Amino acid sequence: MESDASRILHELQSLRASKSDIDRRISALETQLHQINLLNDSVPNGSHHSISTIDNSHLNGPHAHYLTPEMIHRYSRHLLLPSFGVQAQSNLLKSSVLVVGAGGLGSPALLYLAACGVGRLGIVDHDVVELNNMHRQIIHTEAFIGQPKVKSAAAACRSVNSTVQIVEHHEALRTSNALGIFSKYDVIVDATDNAPSRYMISDCCVVLGKPLVSGAALGLEGQLTVYNYNGGPCYRCLFPTPPPTTACQRCADSGVLGVVPGIIGCLQALEAIKIASVVGEPLSGRMLLFDALAARIRIVKIRGRSLQCKACGENATFTQQEFQEFDYEKFTQSPLSPSPLKLNLLQADSRISSKEYHDRVVNGDAHVLVDVRPAHHFEIVSLPNSLNIPLPSLEARLPEISSALKEEEERKGVSSGSSAQLYVICRRGNDSQRAVQYLHKTGFTSARDILGGLESWAHDVDPNFPTY
Amino acid sequence: MDTMEGKINTQTSDPKPEGNKVPSVKIKVLFFARARDLTSLTEMPLEVPSGSSADDCLNDLVARFPGLEEIRECMVLALNEEYTTESTIVKEKDELAIIPPISGG
Repeated sequence: MESDASRILHELQSLRASKSDIDRRISALETQLHQINLLNDSVPNGSHHSISTIDNSHLNGPHAHYLTPEMIHRYSRHLLLPSFGVQAQSNLLKSSVLVVGAGGLGSPALLYLAACGVGRLGIVDHDVVELNNMHRQIIHTEAFIGQPKVKSAAAACRSVNSTVQIVEHHEALRTSNALGIFSKYDVIVDATDNAPSRYMISDCCVVLGKPLVSGAALGLEGQLTVYNYNGGPCYRCLFPTPPPTTACQRCADSGVLGVVPGIIGCLQALEAIKIASVVGEPLSGRMLLFDALAARIRIVKIRGRSLQCKACGENATFTQQEFQEFDYEKFTQSPLSPSPLKLNLLQADSRISSKEYHDRVVNGDAHVLVDVRPAHHFEIVSLPNSLNIPLPSLEARLPEISSALKEEEERKGVSSGSSAQLYVICRRGNDSQRAVQYLHKTGFTSARDILGGLESWAHDVDPNFPTY
Repeated sequence: MDTMEGKINTQTSDPKPEGNKVPSVKIKVLFFARARDLTSLTEMPLEVPSGSSADDCLNDLVARFPGLEEIRECMVLALNEEYTTESTIVKEKDELAIIPPISGG
């Protein structure tokens, strides 16, 4: 078994090596072709002296650099900047940057990094493009819905700048592949959306000694800082204890104003460009806090490297092997590929499928449907005749349920032997179970939740019912 | 009961009965990210006894907003936009920022 695994690993390694070799050759040929096309374009004019693009003999002396005429033209506005110029652009062209995550943060970061002319640009993502990504993940176009984000992002980057080598890593980042991928790049950009990935990426950068440009956005706020740069702190120095899962909110649950990650992603590109081109003062030891509603940006000085840090501290012995064996999902109590939570709190007889519920509605069975989602969710879409009582206010609004049941019984003329049924629904079927648990304790013993919530209604009963 | 006491405390606008109260400092607390959700505030004034540390301020805040306990172990604490430890003594007009990490993207 073990020899099998090592043989596969070996083969993978050699395949990856040849793949990146082919990528390099493609990129070099593309550049050559562009230069030939440029040359041909200038020939029909005939009047002016055509410049040899391969031969840089016109750049002799102390000012020699390796910018081709096309590069000089393409990056001329960079070259005109006294504080950037030929030197910084040359540094950039020789550098490699890896962006982990081609979502809300990664979209603008990748576009700017491709446009500005980093030598090699890597993209890691395992996800596919979805319609509900489009409002913020501006690198993707509708034509790519359902296709891998890496593919979509790479195509967009190539269409902006065909002279940059774009490397597609269509895989989920794990401790098993992170070292191999990261080691091929100079600067790492964390554009992910979950806590375990953030710890894993930071630790991997510490182990490999790579600077990390870390951005995050949620709701109407964003955060940005540069970790593990020039003796500065790492993510664990700041947050040695992971946040509890309740504090880790996702854009898919809490929402995000599209332009907010856009702004942070742009700033990530800026920091990565500064580090790669060796200009300016990277945002290390400081954290930028962006507040979209108040239109305020604050920069807070943060702690320096912690001597006690488990990853980068004085006595830390965090090795590549330990990194590979570290369980980030266990450490943060949350999955690396966040998928919606699926609780299972209730007995089967306290639950009903959306199809069954539909049958009962069609039958005209006496019932009350309580929707426990927040009011602003209820406003998006709801089932007919449902009563919105958000979960946090359930306790205070029990009498409303009692009277709704009584009213329904009177309306339907239910015989004294039976009574109206009580059903509870929410978005995905978690809060509805919590509500039913509480209702059982408070005397509504026949309350049942609708399995899988409104999502299952849309999936199994009414495909035209909007999902969000 | 607690709310009654709360009301009395916040309504001591009349300076006279405060004659022999311990001297206090007034600071501003700024909440970010999850701390905003948990308190429903972006900032608030806080009056604490002179000599109070950032930690004392946090204890006071957690007593007012028990939900803050959730992020107690995972936040950046900044005093006047600079990193601070929990033992730092707060001064009049200081700004104490509570910054939990965001992980979304």
